Amino acid sequence: MQPGTLSTLLKRGAIWGFIVLELIFFTVAGEFLSLSEKAFMDVDNMLLLFKQSAPIGIIAMGMTIVMVNGNIDLSVGATYAISAIVLLDSMTWPLFAGLGDGVIPVAWALALLTGTLLGALNGLIVWKTGVDAFIVTLGSMLGYRGLVFMYNGEQPTSHLNWTLVDFAEAQWLGLHTATWFLLIATAAIWFLMNRTVHGRNVYAIGDNRTAVVNAGIRVGPHMMINFMIIGFLAALSAVVFYSESGSVNPNDGELYELWVITAVVLGGTKLTGGSGSIISTFGGVLAIQLLRKGLAHIGADTSTVNLVIGLILIAVLFLDRQLNIKGKEELKV
Amino acid sequence: MTDQTPVLRLEGIVKTFPGVRALDDVSLTVLPGEVHALMGENGAGKSTLMKVLGGIYQPDEGQIIVGERPAVMTSPLEAKAKGIVFIHQELSLAEELSVAENIYLGELPRKRFGLVDWETLYTRTNAILEKLKVRFDARTRVGDLSIANQQMVEIARALTVDAKAVIFDEPTASLTDAEKVVLFDVIADLQSQGVGIIYISHRMEEIFRITDRISVLRDGTYRGTLNTRETDEEAITQLMIGRKLDLSRNASHHELGDVALEVRGLSCGRLYQDVSFEVRRGEVVGFYGLVGAGRTEIAETLFGLRDPSSGTILLDGEEVQIDSPHDAIQRGISLVPEDRKGQGLVLGMNCRDNMTLPQVDDLKAGPFVAEGSEIAIFDQYRDRLDIRTPGWKQLVGNLSGGNQQKIVIGKWLSMHPNVLIVDEPTRGIDVGSKSEIHNLIRELATQGYAVIVISSEMPEVLHVSDRIVAMYSGRIMRTFTSDEVTEDNLIQAISGISGDNRDKVA
Repeated sequence: MQPGTLSTLLKRGAIWGFIVLELIFFTVAGEFLSLSEKAFMDVDNMLLLFKQSAPIGIIAMGMTIVMVNGNIDLSVGATYAISAIVLLDSMTWPLFAGLGDGVIPVAWALALLTGTLLGALNGLIVWKTGVDAFIVTLGSMLGYRGLVFMYNGEQPTSHLNWTLVDFAEAQWLGLHTATWFLLIATAAIWFLMNRTVHGRNVYAIGDNRTAVVNAGIRVGPHMMINFMIIGFLAALSAVVFYSESGSVNPNDGELYELWVITAVVLGGTKLTGGSGSIISTFGGVLAIQLLRKGLAHIGADTSTVNLVIGLILIAVLFLDRQLNIKGKEELKV
Repeated sequence: MTDQTPVLRLEGIVKTFPGVRALDDVSLTVLPGEVHALMGENGAGKSTLMKVLGGIYQPDEGQIIVGERPAVMTSPLEAKAKGIVFIHQELSLAEELSVAENIYLGELPRKRFGLVDWETLYTRTNAILEKLKVRFDARTRVGDLSIANQQMVEIARALTVDAKAVIFDEPTASLTDAEKVVLFDVIADLQSQGVGIIYISHRMEEIFRITDRISVLRDGTYRGTLNTRETDEEAITQLMIGRKLDLSRNASHHELGDVALEVRGLSCGRLYQDVSFEVRRGEVVGFYGLVGAGRTEIAETLFGLRDPSSGTILLDGEEVQIDSPHDAIQRGISLVPEDRKGQGLVLGMNCRDNMTLPQVDDLKAGPFVAEGSEIAIFDQYRDRLDIRTPGWKQLVGNLSGGNQQKIVIGKWLSMHPNVLIVDEPTRGIDVGSKSEIHNLIRELATQGYAVIVISSEMPEVLHVSDRIVAMYSGRIMRTFTSDEVTEDNLIQAISGISGDNRDKVA
């Protein structure tokens, strides 16, 4: 075994260990505290959990690339809402009236295109102005949300297409449509990050930007592609969710960016970039969803859930820091 | 060898920065298959010259000729494409990535659809690693390697392209002797393929072992090229130091007081080992050595920024443990740091606030800061140190380097220290202010402060010190008094040549 393999394994495995702990805790605690008759580890319950993980999870895959790259995207919640509106509203446009159910792929494509373009805009600004991604996307978060309200005021945008609802609610091989999308997104992004030149360069950029520039890699285009991917995934997340629900409130998707970042960080991605794993992010998404669901199962209300997740996040990052602290030669801060 | 076409020529390169002529009409010719040493003191312009060659700086005048064609370098990539490869001294590696990915950074072999061709990547990398005789393989994560092995990864980058010229910038700084042998084999290999090599190093024994010719820079000017076989250390040292500068030794001797600070067998991991010295009141002790010799780290330890792994520190004969800068200040130790703008000053604050920064907690009038006493302190040290500023409201960022440094010194004097450590006191300060700072340091010693001056400039240490401690890679090689020191024996001591450790502890 090479040196460092064990510690890498420990780090990679940490999130899964945490999930197992959660499962054990909620199963046992559920026996005593739960109001419902069903066990926590019930198959249907777990399938539902996967499905409910999808909206955050799909976006988290994009956030992982962006964060490994050394950037961050706070505008995903707003992008999510805009894409949802485009999806639902475009199906009612007279332009597409003659298409029947053929409008569905058109609406999907439009929504996904919207997300990608909004992401591209973020990326372009970060690339060309050199302003920190945090600031740029903080601005676009507010701006994109403004667009949402301009579209329909405080009113929800609704449109139910039953063919679409049937598709979204379907189960295939036991898994819900949303779950499939989450799995496909995870696999695709994993492939991108681990098998392609783009993915490997993204890691290098986040790790040591000077070295990358010295090696002649153009940093800007890589960043822009990543912002387009996260925009696309935010839209995909909206498409999957609103195909089923059929109604979007102008406030929908608020705080999504924070949940997504929480999941990614819990999965071990460094805020400073250069390190992170798609599989661990998947674990982080499941861990958060388990926590929310589990705490609800044993009768905790939403505020308690938020408190607990917040505490766990800080505890995990503190632990991580302690494990990673270098030897004594480090200069004290 | 002389009738060959040079692989690389630099002709009449001039590069100026505001206020400084960093390179003045420097020329350098590298022939195929030769190892050409580039030597000079710290700050002589070697790295500026290499940055011009690498396209990081554009020269104001002069041209770069690769082969027979003049070339304009706009970026490191461009230089690499033209066959000029840099092996940097500072490691520029991505630690989370594998060895192979680092070696081929920016040039990962591709398959269709932008996929990485891992098989080719690993085969090629392993072939290179085999040549280097290292004990790790292509898949190892770079962060898991020792610094020396990381340096080997850096060196491996030279072997990925069809290089015309390879620049090694202090490649052996972190290598063991066995690894050096491998490196020299690699260099010999490149040589036999007709690659021209520029080898930057301070280590004379290496220079004489592997180079063919030696070019020397001093103060940004070209001092000449010597054939290694026909010269010796003396001659090179002479060229490097020159005689033009004010090399007058410190002559003023005055009564020294008691020992204010004594250090016994102090070590800090790999940074420095077994360091012992003492400083008396009224004495200036100069620390001279190459960058990375461990001098700044010793100062940081004395100031409580690092924990020593062994050894003792005695203040006025009493053993102390210094846990934090706060602790150090309380015990009367002050540090004027190396990086004036980054570590010494808050550039956006005015002169008065910078000066009283360490004691503003004590200057209170009720819950408020006592502005009156702050201004009083500022006025006192402005007069004492002759700080030229329109008034205390001036932002320090707008002052000249010399006056900024005086603010930092004044800041620490106002804390009434016993021991004042000054790290690179005149870096980036113009010549006039330099001598002013030097006089100030001498004067402070006369007033009874124990002063440690860390400097990479030989004239400076010679000029201000009563005694000089020469350091080489984390160890004290020798301690000189100002009477016995010469430029030659000093430069030999810091190059690690002299095995002469007799006066290790003075």
